[in-house]
Amino acid sequence: MFGSGLALALFAGWYGFPRILYRSETQPLQFSHAVHAGEKAGMACGDCHVLDAAGRFHGIPGTAKCAECHSAPLGDSKEEKMLVDDYVTPSKELPWRVYSRQPDNAYFPHAAHVALAKIPCAECHGPYGQSEAPRVYEVNRITGYSRDIWGPNISGIASHPWEGMKMDRCVTCHATHGRRDGCIDCHK
Amino acid sequence: MDSEHGKNARFGMVIDLDRCDGCGACMIACAVENNVPPGHASATERTGITWMRVAAVESGQEYPAADVAFVPMFCQQCENETPCISVCPQNAVEIDPATGIVGQIPQRCLGCRYCMTACPYHARYFNWRDPAWPEGMDRQLNPDVSPRMRGVAEKCNFCHGRLHAAKAKAAAKGSREIDPADYVPACVESCFQNAIVFGDLNDHESEVAKLARGADTFRFLSRLGSEPKVYFHSTRPWVKEMAESTLTRSKKENGHG
Ligand code: HEC
Ligand code: HEC
Ligand code: HEC
Ligand code: HEC
Ligand code: HEC
Repeated sequence: MFGSGLALALFAGWYGFPRILYRSETQPLQFSHAVHAGEKAGMACGDCHVLDAAGRFHGIPGTAKCAECHSAPLGDSKEEKMLVDDYVTPSKELPWRVYSRQPDNAYFPHAAHVALAKIPCAECHGPYGQSEAPRVYEVNRITGYSRDIWGPNISGIASHPWEGMKMDRCVTCHATHGRRDGCIDCHK
Repeated sequence: MDSEHGKNARFGMVIDLDRCDGCGACMIACAVENNVPPGHASATERTGITWMRVAAVESGQEYPAADVAFVPMFCQQCENETPCISVCPQNAVEIDPATGIVGQIPQRCLGCRYCMTACPYHARYFNWRDPAWPEGMDRQLNPDVSPRMRGVAEKCNFCHGRLHAAKAKAAAKGSREIDPADYVPACVESCFQNAIVFGDLNDHESEVAKLARGADTFRFLSRLGSEPKVYFHSTRPWVKEMAESTLTRSKKENGHG
């Protein structure tokens, strides 16, 4: 009796709860990093994810960037045809979901981490730069934040070092680099 | 004092009250920069939010001696026993040792408003309601500053978002030292009279440090000993005297409801 109650509670907590808490959304296009940053297109991360001279990180590139090569289809994939017909030709932006998007009041500068500290992208984003296709985007129904902030494990224990980007992780890494930041350094 | 990440700064300002003509451009520039929404119809001087507020002060003398001064009043960035810091039960205000800026952390604020009572300069404001912008204006918000929610206090932080941007610009060039030209608060930039000078008081050669040491420079309510980092300049004796007295409150402020 107790065993089955416990099993039920665990099932509800570990399997059911995350499904109630998070809503899944798919990305608008099956974009492949493996194709673009790999041999086929041979691009560097910074070609699309630009850090400009003013220190601004431009994040996910706009349709204009894709149009440089995809003004007409290069191959015969369905996804590429969709890109050309639905976005490039009418010059519409793709409504990408950003996995790593922090709450609005958090301030994160790529410039300090990439240009000064020379931390590799993968240390924070995992092997996403080699991915074949975007994974499912999960959004917390209560806060509206991406699941990647908390991390995929509901206990909050990361099984890979790049999982989760809560304040705790920022501060822990800063501490190992001997930094002690004030609240307004990371909040805006 | 040097920190391991570059030299510590002490940002401060000198405002020339003999130049200020009370135009109010700084108030607008400040509100736009810091995502302060237009006041609600029922807002008063105390319930509205004006990080920067220009007050008109009269000398009280009869013509021909009658005179008026315009005083931009905002967070004076007190350095010693900072009143708002010492009363905050939440540790939601802290002084950044690297910049001397008194930072308000809305995430931590519980809305008790003790800091507003404690502030000798009436420089703190409270969000009585959630911020709201007229249709269209909400698309022009400054992405470097996050709007605050109902129930928290706020105040001037020397346009900290601009310091973030200046640091990121330096970082992109591989440097940890900001270029002073990249960090200019919105009020300073907008002042047509060039009445406000901003910079690092620790840098003895900077214009602001020289002016702060110069003649006819004073601070408001200096007798309290809170050591503000905002200085004022005027050659008019009555203005200097006024800086040591409490400003006369308007009828509206004293009234209830
Ligand atoms: C052709 C342009 C292009 C190149 C080159 C490129 N990316 Fe991307 N990247 C994108 C687009 C488009 C997205 C949004 C779609 C997605 O999430 O897959 C994206 C998304 C990402 C994200 C997810 C951001 C988030 O939080 O949602 C990461 C991380 C990323 N890229 C890292 C890299 C790295 C690392 C490299 C270099 C190995 C790289 N990218 C090269 C276009 C590019
Ligand atoms: C430097 C040129 C270049 C740019 C810029 C570029 N691509 Fe590509 N893209 C390629 C090449 C090359 C291929 C491979 C075509 C093939 O052989 O099928 C490709 C293939 C694709 C495909 C088909 C993927 C597959 O599964 O084979 C999609 C979808 C795509 N790109 C989307 C994008 C998007 C979205 C952007 C803008 C963020 C973009 N591309 C920017 C060169 C580029
Ligand atoms: C120290 C950790 C860290 C490193 C290193 C890092 N990122 Fe990020 N990245 C983040 C965080 C945190 C965010 C979310 C920022 C936000 O929402 O304000 C982010 C956001 C992004 C985004 C989405 C931006 C958006 O808002 O559209 C992309 C794309 C991205 N990073 C790519 C990269 C690439 C490419 C590199 C390597 C050159 C890199 N990142 C290095 C932590 C990091
Ligand atoms: C993997 C380690 C690491 C992680 C994770 C990390 N940081 Fe950093 N961060 C650094 C290092 C190292 C520096 C110092 C850069 C330098 O000056 O060399 C830094 C610098 C900064 C700065 C610049 C401060 C200044 O004084 O200019 C800010 C802001 C910042 N980080 C915010 C964040 C936030 C927000 C997060 C979490 C979302 C985060 N960081 C996660 C390592 C990290
Ligand atoms: C190294 C960067 C960093 C520093 C320093 C930092 N924070 Fe944060 N903080 C973050 C990030 C990133 C988030 C968003 C992710 C999360 O919720 O954990 C956050 C979230 C928060 C939240 C939750 C807010 C929300 O809307 O969910 C609070 C409260 C908070 N911080 C308070 C503080 C206070 C108070 C200080 C100073 C003592 C501080 N933070 C210092 C990076 C930082």
